Amino acid sequence: MKVNTLAEMMAEGKTPDILFWVGCAGSFDQRAQKITKAFAAILDKVGYQYAILGKEEACTGDPARRAGNEFLFQMMAYQNIQVLNGYGIKKIVTTCPHCFNTLKNEYPELGGDYEVIHHTTLLQQLIDEGKIKLKEGGSFKGKKISYHDSCYLGRANNIYEAPRKVLESLDAELVEMKRCRTNGLCCGAGGAQMFKEDEPGEKRINIERTDEALATGASFIASACPFCNTMMTDGVKNREKESEVAVLDIAEMIAASME
Amino acid sequence: MHYLQQVLFIALTAFGTWLFTRKAGEIRRNILLGKEEEISGNSGARWRNLLLLALGQKKMFKNPLVAMMHLVIYAGFVIINIEVLEIVLDGLTGKHRLFATPLGNLYTILINAFEWLAAGVILVCIIFLVRRNLLRLKRFLSRDLDGWPRSDANYILLTEIVLMSLFLTMNAADQVLQAKGNEHYLHTGVFAISSFISPLLSGMSEQSLIVLERSCWWLHIAGIFAFLNYLPYSKHLHILLAFPNAYYARLELPGKMHNMPSVQKEVLYAMQPETAPADAVLPAHFGAKDIFELSWKNLLDAYSCTECGRCTASCPANLTGKKLSPRKIMMATRDRLEEVGKNINTNKTFIADNKSLLHDYISVEELRACTTCNACVEACPVSISPLDIITELRRSLIMEESNAPQEWNSTFSNIENNFAPWKFSPDERDKWAAEA
Repeated sequence: MKVNTLAEMMAEGKTPDILFWVGCAGSFDQRAQKITKAFAAILDKVGYQYAILGKEEACTGDPARRAGNEFLFQMMAYQNIQVLNGYGIKKIVTTCPHCFNTLKNEYPELGGDYEVIHHTTLLQQLIDEGKIKLKEGGSFKGKKISYHDSCYLGRANNIYEAPRKVLESLDAELVEMKRCRTNGLCCGAGGAQMFKEDEPGEKRINIERTDEALATGASFIASACPFCNTMMTDGVKNREKESEVAVLDIAEMIAASME
Repeated sequence: MHYLQQVLFIALTAFGTWLFTRKAGEIRRNILLGKEEEISGNSGARWRNLLLLALGQKKMFKNPLVAMMHLVIYAGFVIINIEVLEIVLDGLTGKHRLFATPLGNLYTILINAFEWLAAGVILVCIIFLVRRNLLRLKRFLSRDLDGWPRSDANYILLTEIVLMSLFLTMNAADQVLQAKGNEHYLHTGVFAISSFISPLLSGMSEQSLIVLERSCWWLHIAGIFAFLNYLPYSKHLHILLAFPNAYYARLELPGKMHNMPSVQKEVLYAMQPETAPADAVLPAHFGAKDIFELSWKNLLDAYSCTECGRCTASCPANLTGKKLSPRKIMMATRDRLEEVGKNINTNKTFIADNKSLLHDYISVEELRACTTCNACVEACPVSISPLDIITELRRSLIMEESNAPQEWNSTFSNIENNFAPWKFSPDERDKWAAEA
């Protein structure tokens, strides 16, 4: 599978349908790279003309802004908007809810106005349009899946249904955690917490959330954010349940179930 | 005697109203100590929020049973004000039950409705007192409420019980007097609840009954004026401020943080020096260190908070034992604002007191624990955003004090130099693509 950068595509005189914004986790984190590859494989399979920015992509500035470093955020935003506008980008898809939120909600008033969608929404559209065809009796059929709401997808952007609809198409049994949708509990990574030690407390947030997910008896915890994925994976390992429970991104589940 | 009562009543009304107006003006002044923030447009959506969130108490219904009980107290409070209108007019004109004759049968129906509500309010207030003080509910046990806030909540419930009891006792005495044929007490028909209290009073002399009825009437209306003037010092202020707070609630998606145009321009001038005007000046502050640098909406939020703790009960940091409590953020903001207000009352203008919201009222440890998950914002029944205050204070910590944990400093330098929060070479950003 050939993954084109935008520069390569433009050099060939082609314009992509959509820009795949990979994000830092998706680019560098070994676990998240698998999500990136799975999603790229889906786009490839359905024949989507997509491109990545490659080395021209940079952090959106989300963790810097949330930590309080507005200068750094503005520098990153300036740089990214220059690149995106330079290429005349219209539509962006991203597998990271943090990148999604920043690109969609925070870049427009800085001069970067794009149609931005999260990969779970795109997956739902592709399934609805019949472009993604799923195997009969795929590996998730009849299995219990619990979806963990990402705060930056859910409360921050009101996206609760698309990820669930995609999971429903797997013929699996969706089981909700006690705290879900608008009441969903954070995995503990947001607000730049991912990049520092916890403040003193009794428990780690990801353990609290993992315990709740494990209590559903699900064999799969579905995530839609690479940071949530890391936090939940760590939680499952901490509870020594990794042989019974897998934490997977929705894109990975779809990629594994396509015809 | 007759005129003396009228004069006294007018004096009481004037004093009660004057005192409240003065304090309300002070609160308005305090709120406007905050930074200007243009909140306007889309008035349709704003009125909808006001109707759904404030009047309809939509978010309370996440717990329907508690919401219904809260609604009884609230409806009692609002609807019984129609009765207060009659009481005020009676007081001013020296009449008794002014509306009884013109309304006829409808009057009895109305008073009966008020009595049912009054009984409901008493019942729910008792349940809420038990719930607050005897059931071990985490958000009421919390240390956030130690001291005055806990007493405040109980005083409100007790006052409402007393006010409603006075109203019912007054009606009960009235009915006995009617039965005894006192001509001042018009026939109104039987009242639903107070008629059960009447038999207890039937042994009293006509004179003592009049004293009882008048005392209840006076204590009831004086109590209402006292309660009105208690509101500005209490968490109960939410019954008024929930309305403007819902109207001015943000309509953008909660994920979007407030932009800082000053920093945006600063970065633009650094990147494109030719765009920089010669007289470009840096703002005096980055983020908020004290209430003056918060927006007026943040300060209205602080006054609207009724310290219910739904935010804290949903906060992942608080749930896992961290020091952060969004409710405490709001309480601290109001406390600091009140302190600044007192300073201004004493000195005419604010005289620096070497204190600030950040550090003296809200600690670094609390701010650092926030995951910006918006659970507190979502949970608040009266449209408060504790998160907004947290992020503004974080901005001050980082940009004014360079106060960051070492790991964050590394994250910042990685983002700046490697364009990712981790120490990876930017050249490897698309390495995965070659392996795909």
